[in-house]
Amino acid sequence: MLPSRAGPAVVEVHDLVKRYPRSDANAVDGLSFAVAPGEIFGLFGPNGAGKSTTVGILTTRLRATGGRALVGGVDVGRDPATARAQLAVVPQHNNLDRALTPRQNLVHHATYHGVSRREAQARAAELLDRFGLAERADRRIEAHSGGMAQRLMIARALTHEPLVLFLDEPTNALDPQTRLLIWGQIRRLRERGVAIVLTTHAMNEAARVVDRVGIVDHGRLLTCDTPENLVRGLAGDAILDLTVTPAPTDDPDALRAALGELDGVRKAERLALPAGPADRRAGAGLPGGVRAGLAGAGGGAALAALAARAGGGGLAALAGAGRLGRNGAGTNGGSPVAGGRGRLRFRLHLATDPAALLGPAVTVLAGRSAAVNAVDVGEPSLEDVFIELTGREPR
Amino acid sequence: MTALDTPTPLRPAVRPRPRPGAGRVFAAVLRRDLMVTGRELWVILVQVGLTPLFMLFVFDTILGGQGIVGRDFAGLFLPGIIALAALTTALQSVALPLVKEFGFTMEIEDRLMAPLPTGLVAIGKLVIATVRGLLAAVLIYPLGALVVGSAPWRPAGLPLAFLVALLGAWIGGAIGMALATTLPVQRINVTFSVILTPIIWTGCIHYPWPRLTMPWYQVVTALNPMTYVSEGVRGALLPGVPHIPAWVCLSVLTGAAVALTWLSVRCFSRRAVQ
Repeated sequence: MLPSRAGPAVVEVHDLVKRYPRSDANAVDGLSFAVAPGEIFGLFGPNGAGKSTTVGILTTRLRATGGRALVGGVDVGRDPATARAQLAVVPQHNNLDRALTPRQNLVHHATYHGVSRREAQARAAELLDRFGLAERADRRIEAHSGGMAQRLMIARALTHEPLVLFLDEPTNALDPQTRLLIWGQIRRLRERGVAIVLTTHAMNEAARVVDRVGIVDHGRLLTCDTPENLVRGLAGDAILDLTVTPAPTDDPDALRAALGELDGVRKAERLALPAGPADRRAGAGLPGGVRAGLAGAGGGAALAALAARAGGGGLAALAGAGRLGRNGAGTNGGSPVAGGRGRLRFRLHLATDPAALLGPAVTVLAGRSAAVNAVDVGEPSLEDVFIELTGREPR
Repeated sequence: MTALDTPTPLRPAVRPRPRPGAGRVFAAVLRRDLMVTGRELWVILVQVGLTPLFMLFVFDTILGGQGIVGRDFAGLFLPGIIALAALTTALQSVALPLVKEFGFTMEIEDRLMAPLPTGLVAIGKLVIATVRGLLAAVLIYPLGALVVGSAPWRPAGLPLAFLVALLGAWIGGAIGMALATTLPVQRINVTFSVILTPIIWTGCIHYPWPRLTMPWYQVVTALNPMTYVSEGVRGALLPGVPHIPAWVCLSVLTGAAVALTWLSVRCFSRRAVQ
């Protein structure tokens, strides 16, 4: 589990354990990873997985029960004060000093880290400008929106030029402009050799900036690799979601098994049907996906075109027979309960081009007298990997 | 020690950056609180001034005017009021902001993340509390004199009065910090009443300790550090009134200050790093 980039690790975590008092399970349970300078490391996991506890230990706010953690080469347990000179942290909650203006927040923070007042003033001015905060730098902090507070906290973290920056859920509940600005600044820091450890739920968004991802659950590291490798290794090359109405006598598990036996299918799983109309939300799990909508007037034609590309005669026949059109209309216009009755949703993880598999899949379905209601083609994302590893149950 | 007992050393990572001098960082953290204190001067004035001044007004001007209380009571009472201002101002000015900073705004995190031992951040809080307590004591003296129309004035006793007030303020700060960092937020209000009220009323603010006649009450008051602050200030300004000897006051207050500093810093550190 060595850092992917050259150079010695700037964060090293070794068999880290944390058990809170009056708790019968470890919040962090033998975690190990390392981060290189200039690397962006994503620590992802469901709520309560131990991410924030890990960050808390690395930033000296929590004491580890076992194991070792070094930040900038300093043992955070043995010499927390020196460790704090190496790092900066941007927490989830707004912890700005409300007795001070934004500019004073930056200046004072820098002086807490031994920067001279003159230098602190210069850095504050530069950072306020870079984060688009110069205009309101001398107004009271209460008047600041969530996005401004977040930008200010990141700017503050940079005033003492840390070797490692910890970002806990940096873009939670922010507008797209602020998110873009923050991701841009994070990339810029990486170029300057700052190591960044970030935790987030906005995984697909973060996947574009992180170099490596560690997925944590129940205090353990489930996997750790580049986002590309993780996605390819665990979720396959593509995902095909099928919403179908099986023949009344057919067994859902047998149907899933039949789909899973197709060539090129790595795994077939049954998904819960969305509570609302199947059509409206079928594609929700596929952010980067292509939606092949079957509902409405164009549905049949679109499907026929798709089928033609894939060379699947069965699908064209189905579309031509108008069976799909009827089902689609029912879903759109009818009540959700009636529209969703008897339907099943299957997700096929593919090792091949989805277009090549669409025909065979429809052939299997047609052979079992099942009607196809919706087809979704998507690229798997980090979120799929995440769900795959940590399950679908909410925490 | 065998090789098995020692953990395998991790290979050295990057060379750590040296941490800035503790004195320099401590000064920076203190500077922030001093700046905020300076801005809140009028808040301190209101916070500390109202209760003691009303007390003085009622006991001296009103009750004295009606002949219920002797005219010389005010002279005896004023040193107690100065002592009260020092201790309670320090207590309140550290406790209330700390409850807020640890419980709601988390503002203190930025200072806790300074490259400084956490205990020193706590000591900084005590220093500021003491400064505020002393400031309150110094302000209440002339204000009280204005209300009463006169005040005991003994320049030779001022250094001792100042020293006692300083110890009293430090103790007040330590009590406030220990409370604020250990009590659950929901119970902070009631605890304040439960703790602050006895401190005030058994602290010999209104009466000299040697003149107490009930032995059990002498014991109760002797357990309250406030008593030694009142007695110390009173002894320094009014040597003629019976009082606990200065050396006793200073010894007890120094002992209490050391013990409470240890306790409060420990409470603070436990709250800061869990």
